[in-house]
Amino acid sequence: MIRRLHRWPALAALALVALLSLSGAALSVFPAAERIAAPQAGAGLTVATLATRIQTAYPGVEQIRRAPSGRITAWWFDNGTPGAAVIDPATGQGVAPADPGRAERWLTNLHRSLFLGDAGRLAMAAGAAAMLVLSLSGAALVARRAGGWRHWFARTRGPRAGRLHVGIARLVVPGLVLSSATALWMTASTFDLLPDSAAAPAFPTEVSGETGVALDRLALLGDTPVAELRELSFPFPDDATDVFTLRTDRGAGYLDQGTGALLAWDDLGGWARVSETVYMLHTGQGAAALGLVLGLMALGVPAMGASGVLVWRAGRRGRGRIRANQPARRARTILLVGSEGGSTWGFAATLHAALTEAGHSVHTAPMSAFAPDRYTNAERIIVLAATYGNGAAPATARDFLDRLERLDTAPAAPLAVLGFGDRSFPAYCAFAHAVEAAAAEKGWRELMPLDTVDRQSPQDFARWGRALEQVLGIDLELAHRPVQPPTERLTLISRRDFGAEVQAPTAILRFALPRTTLWQRLSGAGFARFEAGDLIGILPDGSPVPRLYSLASARRDGFVEIVVRKHPGGLCSGQLTALEPGDSVTAFLRRNPGFRPGRRARPLILIGAGTGIGPLAGITRANTRRRPIHLFFGMRHPDSDFFYQGEIATWQAEGRLARLVTAVSRGQRPYYVQDALRGEAAEVARLIRGGARVMVCGGRDMAAGVADAMADILAPVGLTPALLKAEGRYVEDVY
Amino acid sequence: MKSLLASLALTTALTAPGLALAKPVTFTTTLNAYGGDGAYLALYVTDAQGSYVGSLWMAGGKSKYYEHLSDWYRATGGDPAQIDGITGASVGAGRTLEITLDLTDALFDAGYTLHIDASVEDMRDSPNEVAVPLTTEGAGQTVRGRRYIASFSYDM
Repeated sequence: MIRRLHRWPALAALALVALLSLSGAALSVFPAAERIAAPQAGAGLTVATLATRIQTAYPGVEQIRRAPSGRITAWWFDNGTPGAAVIDPATGQGVAPADPGRAERWLTNLHRSLFLGDAGRLAMAAGAAAMLVLSLSGAALVARRAGGWRHWFARTRGPRAGRLHVGIARLVVPGLVLSSATALWMTASTFDLLPDSAAAPAFPTEVSGETGVALDRLALLGDTPVAELRELSFPFPDDATDVFTLRTDRGAGYLDQGTGALLAWDDLGGWARVSETVYMLHTGQGAAALGLVLGLMALGVPAMGASGVLVWRAGRRGRGRIRANQPARRARTILLVGSEGGSTWGFAATLHAALTEAGHSVHTAPMSAFAPDRYTNAERIIVLAATYGNGAAPATARDFLDRLERLDTAPAAPLAVLGFGDRSFPAYCAFAHAVEAAAAEKGWRELMPLDTVDRQSPQDFARWGRALEQVLGIDLELAHRPVQPPTERLTLISRRDFGAEVQAPTAILRFALPRTTLWQRLSGAGFARFEAGDLIGILPDGSPVPRLYSLASARRDGFVEIVVRKHPGGLCSGQLTALEPGDSVTAFLRRNPGFRPGRRARPLILIGAGTGIGPLAGITRANTRRRPIHLFFGMRHPDSDFFYQGEIATWQAEGRLARLVTAVSRGQRPYYVQDALRGEAAEVARLIRGGARVMVCGGRDMAAGVADAMADILAPVGLTPALLKAEGRYVEDVY
Repeated sequence: MKSLLASLALTTALTAPGLALAKPVTFTTTLNAYGGDGAYLALYVTDAQGSYVGSLWMAGGKSKYYEHLSDWYRATGGDPAQIDGITGASVGAGRTLEITLDLTDALFDAGYTLHIDASVEDMRDSPNEVAVPLTTEGAGQTVRGRRYIASFSYDM
């Protein structure tokens, strides 16, 4: 609901809101410029003294105004010609022309009414209302994503557009709320919907009838400092019934032009004061620094618009169409989808199509529509559940757990749960786990154990599909392509082979950099920019499903390098490990921003086993700043699969690698990388207490073993891997 | 005389549609290029003693700005009934406002004065921008305003 409240107003009002914020940002400069340019009155200067100085310089003076910036302007009549100037309060002389600048006036009219009068004002007010709704709904989404308001400034994770969107949003949202709320107040005031008019008191019916009082005999003017002045109007010449009119910060009143007596005075009402404050907050008139800050914040809006559209489009592209959906009562397979951005629907559509193809009748619905009493023919229930942010239920799974909780008995059809998530979040697939736990609590029979799909990995999904095949006893090809970016041809330059002796044939493959277009170089798209730890997707001949490999090189290394182990019967790894220099493959780049060493100088603990050493080697190679890197490397046998052995020696000699700890599993006593960690427990704990960052790369079992070892190592110092993950100091790349 | 004035002010705000003793009068007000936003203009009539009699036209729709038409506002207290039905849009710099009203003959050559107050956002208020006696000979003669009005005339 909140997401829809965020998405649709945003798309509808995008142009209007962008125009509002850009013109607002441009306008924010003027009050500051005026503040700097305007000659300021000295402390203690009274209105009487100022008015006398101006009257001496311009005997025909009619009106004196002071802007909130401190700029003083006078208007006069001299021999029948009107004149006006900005006044230096020290001399009473004009120093600059008084008329408002053309650019400021043009921008103001664009900003508040699109040059369209009242209709334009209403349109812009609608834009401001949209901005307010977007800011509030967006703030709620940011809080939900981060796991609560207290974590407002927690690290952002996930794809780049989303991180950019949230990163800007949490800085500028307070400013946008202030600007849009005050805009609405000002519109209401303009259209007379608020009782805030700064009405002057009724004009005095009795005046002395005399004229010509000296300005220094007007007691109130002598008591009023210039800093409080708004406006002083002189009586019309030759009209004995006219008076002096004075407006200050406190109110307005009339003074007799013969006696100097105060004839009437009204203090500013409460509503009027609020409106003046609102005006100051919105325009920066009288609060120039705040105005500049708000203007800067407004500049974030176009960037959020662009990144927001990218987020929305990515979600839409990932969403497949569900075809031939069967009614819930008739279907034998019930497919329930919990999706936030929409990508899980794409997987659901693939599964729905594959099951339908295999002759099953399938009903697909959002998890929030869970209604077990209607699943009268169901033989199995499959839940595809994403997780939002820090373990929250995704948008289409609201209330699922409550509904499950309220059931007297669990549905008869057994349940399979597949979680979708991102390992860079501490609560990876937490919602799927919560569903599984709640189902177990209810005694719901399990169709197959919980499995997870990391970052929309087609491989993970296909692997789960094979397990489902086994359970159902049918053929199922789950070829899901989430988002297929443009591919390149990569040509192999060289290969180094390892591991044949330990039944794990592995190759370090080095490809030439593909040519990049000018646009790619400018925008950093594709292979124009990548770091070790980013991923490449390889499209093997004979399958539309790409396989992802971690990169062991960065763009500035001048080549694309991966470490590939040949799996028995593996289609892609078979083709890759059969490549000879000059051969080429089809590939695309997928960024992996959650798996980066970061720019700090704190030590790095890199933990990898087998081919997982690839990105860690790339990170070490790039460590020209000699940050202390401690590399834990698990291998089968040093004579067979000690990848990068020569380079590692060089890197150590050059200071790029501080320390290497190896673990060999095919010895007399199997010794794994987690055992090596435990062996160095004191040192590891010391490094982490000192702010070290941990990066783990390798298979799932190895990553789980490392996490267990880390938990034991950190317990004495009161830390856990989860705590480090929440700080972004423990990252994993697991396959 | 007094009773006539009272009835003028109260019943018809000086205009007299359908009356035999009325004729159409066209007021033409052209603003100079003062370099600001649209001006608010109030056209109203005072009698020989300078007392407010009634309003002819209000150019500008937002009553919260009427206080800047200071003489008019002083005379009427901003009473919206004074300009009910005779309110139009504000007039841009360099533009011309032309209005035609059926006015009673009694208004002319009887000591009445037509006033125009003007005000522009962020610029100086200009009450009594124009003050011309309403006379038969004065028709067709052009006068200049003090600050914002380049020319004003009325034609019968």
